[in-house]
Amino acid sequence: MTEFAVAGIGLWTPGLPDWPAARAVLTGAAAWPEAAGGRPTPSLMPANERRRAPDSVLMALTVAEQACAAAGADPATVASVFASVFGDLAINDYMCATLRDDPAQMSPTKFHNSVHNAPSGYWSIATGAMAAATSLAAGRETFAAALHEAVVQLADSGEPVLLVAYDAAGCGPVGAVAGCRASFACALLLTPDTGAAQGPRLRAAAATTGAASAVPDALAALAADNPIAAGAAPLLALLAGQAAGAARLPLSPALDLVLDRLP
Amino acid sequence: MPVARGEPLPPRTAGQGRYRVAGKCPRAPARDALPARPGAGHWLYSRPIRPPRFPSVQACRILVHTATSCLGSGRAAHLEALAARRSGLSANDWTTTPLATAIGRVPGLESAPLPADWARWDCRNNRLAWLGLRQDGLFDTLLELRTRLPAHRLGIAVGTSTASIAETERAYRELDADGGFPADLRRPEIHQPHSLAGFLQEASGWHGPCLTISTACSSGAKAWAAGARWLQQGLCDAVLVGGCDSLCGSTLHGFASLQLTSPQACRPFDAGRDGISIGEAAAFAVLVRAGEDDPANAQHLAGYGESADAHHMSAPHPEGLGARMATLDALRRAGLAPTDIGYINLHGTASRLNDEVEAAMVTGLFPATTLASSTKGWTGHTLGAAGALEATISLLALEHGLLPGTLGCTQPDPACGPQLLLENARHPVDAVLSNSFGFGGSNASLVFTRGNGHD
Repeated sequence: MTEFAVAGIGLWTPGLPDWPAARAVLTGAAAWPEAAGGRPTPSLMPANERRRAPDSVLMALTVAEQACAAAGADPATVASVFASVFGDLAINDYMCATLRDDPAQMSPTKFHNSVHNAPSGYWSIATGAMAAATSLAAGRETFAAALHEAVVQLADSGEPVLLVAYDAAGCGPVGAVAGCRASFACALLLTPDTGAAQGPRLRAAAATTGAASAVPDALAALAADNPIAAGAAPLLALLAGQAAGAARLPLSPALDLVLDRLP
Repeated sequence: MPVARGEPLPPRTAGQGRYRVAGKCPRAPARDALPARPGAGHWLYSRPIRPPRFPSVQACRILVHTATSCLGSGRAAHLEALAARRSGLSANDWTTTPLATAIGRVPGLESAPLPADWARWDCRNNRLAWLGLRQDGLFDTLLELRTRLPAHRLGIAVGTSTASIAETERAYRELDADGGFPADLRRPEIHQPHSLAGFLQEASGWHGPCLTISTACSSGAKAWAAGARWLQQGLCDAVLVGGCDSLCGSTLHGFASLQLTSPQACRPFDAGRDGISIGEAAAFAVLVRAGEDDPANAQHLAGYGESADAHHMSAPHPEGLGARMATLDALRRAGLAPTDIGYINLHGTASRLNDEVEAAMVTGLFPATTLASSTKGWTGHTLGAAGALEATISLLALEHGLLPGTLGCTQPDPACGPQLLLENARHPVDAVLSNSFGFGGSNASLVFTRGNGHD
């Protein structure tokens, strides 16, 4: 059982460019905007690098940057946990099609961008962060498992941990099988609960399986199309409001991650 | 020059970032200094990397460990091949399009489908995992612990860089008339990185925390670190750790596109080295919390260290700063000094840059009495499994005193110091370090000890 504060939140999905926009939708203060296109644009990446970067990297860096800025934190000092169910399905599609058609044409840049930890690597390069950084996947439970891992690391070090979870919309045959049809990314900067910490305070504990929290209606359509949104939605709804409450996220066949919002 | 105590530390942040925002993260209050562990070694430095306000690693005991690679299945096969200096590398006969390189291939996987109950998980990577799991009694240990402990207290943390991508590649070669995956490959669970841990969870009935770590070539080592944290925090009573990566077009042709693959068997640390050889492996261990009543010959994970380079996606930090930080962090957690390390299993991929940087780091940090080698000349670079495979090789060195040399290296690079071992040595060691570094600048180091660890 660990208590911590969420000092900063980042979020990006087409139509909701940041956490304040998402919170307005979650609290009912605003309706979903007409879906906007566009790409997320992390300010810490030079424009020429942004043009070449995969969507997964842009999304992850955008929300990571937002969470650090909201917390007033120097990203260079923070350990990080990056998580994604699929990594980058568009690169996956490119790699598999190129291997089939002409492997000699493989782009070396696309190849090194195909590693699951590419966003984590770009984040480290952009910010100068040299602390422990990990990248993980856990299927449908990816968001909960990543939050659990971030909390474990915070408890271990007593230092802030940045959680970044994302999945980009798939394309091509592998996209069809994956069933990830929308892009979504969110980031939480977790800090030790010192009593003076800013942001909502949470208590996290693993418990044997119970009734998992429902996805709020405002995010139901997005959750159906993106597994990270589905995993994060109950917690985001809890963080959007002011009231105490709990979010219960399935973590494994026998465990849930239970998050209680503290007053 | 060997360095022990009192040396100034590399800064924790190199300040290369292009981005700063005002203010600092709220800091945790300093905790009371922890009582020193009995037998704890020396602090490496007068100024630790950060104030030691976290519990130092309570060692994890290794209940059982095993590896399967091109050297064979299980510990004995690896020990025998290492002692005989028999490489498992052979000419590439795996890719559907010819590619002149050497590979470390595990034979027989093509005709060894998973048991029918787990057919939906069937793919080369999980076949290799299943083969590896059944060596050295490890799977029996999983089942036995499952009968003694609640399933939710049993965790799985495993590393892989490519998981079952070979099956996704095959689906693209065999698309149906509508341009979709053929019916037998419409299994979403194998077209994602978690297919390895998902299969292990189903095969073992271990239902606690379950993670796939995918940080390229440091994955297998970082999985050990994740499992160790779960045990230390009391979240699990036993953890299955390790890694599994198998041959696929993505990595063979991908590394070739970066001109990182050698046309022949790799030659780590050799002045004439010209790239890596890719291999496949499955290596696993079961970790439990160390206890007072551990047997005298018990082996432990005594420390781990993790860092990021903040430098480049596919090239190491030129001064090896991140690698050095990971190494020092692992030593600090273990309460050991560089002089305590008898043997280092180096990352040593035989790429021009990695070996140059790693050799300089070892030369600068360790005394001449520490022996170091790369075993990639035997197994090839098994990518996400490398950290796990080399954990087993490190533990064999601890148990048998067999320190493998550097197969394939005859003329060491001038950057190499007296630590580099070319021929095998027989020499008892009490503490072993294993390094793994990956794309994206991901670094991990593990420290293994035997007996009661820190004496």
